[in-house]
Amino acid sequence: MSATEPAPVAAAAGIAEARIGVITFPGTLDDRDAARAVRLAGAEAVSIWHADESLQDVDAVVLPGGFSYGDYLRAGAISRFAPAMAAVVDAAKGGMPVLGICNGFQVLTEAHLLPGSMVKNDHLHFVCREQSLIVENAHTAWTNEFRRGQQITIPLKNQDGQFVADERTLDELEGEGRVVFRYDGWNPNGSRRDIAGITNERGNVVGLMPHPEHAVEPGFGPASAEGPRAGVDGLTFFTSVLSSLVHA
Amino acid sequence: MGRVVVEVMPKPEILDPQGKAVVGALPRLGFTQFSGVRQGKRFELEVDGEVTPEILAAAREAAATLLSNPVIEDVVSVSDAAAVPGEASGTPVSA
Repeated sequence: MSATEPAPVAAAAGIAEARIGVITFPGTLDDRDAARAVRLAGAEAVSIWHADESLQDVDAVVLPGGFSYGDYLRAGAISRFAPAMAAVVDAAKGGMPVLGICNGFQVLTEAHLLPGSMVKNDHLHFVCREQSLIVENAHTAWTNEFRRGQQITIPLKNQDGQFVADERTLDELEGEGRVVFRYDGWNPNGSRRDIAGITNERGNVVGLMPHPEHAVEPGFGPASAEGPRAGVDGLTFFTSVLSSLVHA
Repeated sequence: MGRVVVEVMPKPEILDPQGKAVVGALPRLGFTQFSGVRQGKRFELEVDGEVTPEILAAAREAAATLLSNPVIEDVVSVSDAAAVPGEASGTPVSA
């Protein structure tokens, strides 16, 4: 339970009872990190197996990164048909906050909860770096504690991270303010219009390639103004969703 | 036993980084004739009986829903291997 975790930042705000599901597919790598991020933000992390048909009454869901089903067909393509995903699609359409990180973002596009898709990085290499991003939309369920235009740094690690969509879809995303994050300084994978993350019309579903769950605890995050490995910009995703649940 | 062959290619407007890497490697082996390469996927779906029109229809649906992602890929063909010359035996064409 959340009470056993050290220094949850949101516990004092009286939202420690929030339960956030973290789905594990075969090949998911970052489910434990995501669950830890949830607990550090002050909520209870609930493990959900891909074969589960129930989301166990969670208040929000995280689809973590990794290589679900080995990315055998296309990244995220087979996960989309996992029993847990049917429940996620229903819940997302009902307004439940859903965050897809990296492979989880790819699963969300394959499940048609978000438009576009990801293909191999334009330079064909795996990339792993501390990535600077600009927050473009601070009104989603997962970004409401950021400011629009804020620069944040969180890790990025992918091979298939090039966001693509047709021009009409890109114009629509831009016009409706649904680009949530843009790469800052350098576009690490050739993504169209430097897009790093997007949201759905309602703002409850967010997907991004970089990894907020790896920047949630001082000493284990990217470099920041406070010092090496001090960056905790990723924690704001998880505290944001807790405030969106409180104000829902 | 029947076999349905499904071929999927990246959409023309989507940059195909894999094909780009291959076209870059060809001249190093002396193949200077080829100015472009696009890399796609071929699926062979096996069925116990004959490939009926119903089986082909199911294969088309599978191709559109699982085997390809319409955002980045086109299904370029769904065919009964027995109806395509050189495909029936399933043996690769030798050089």
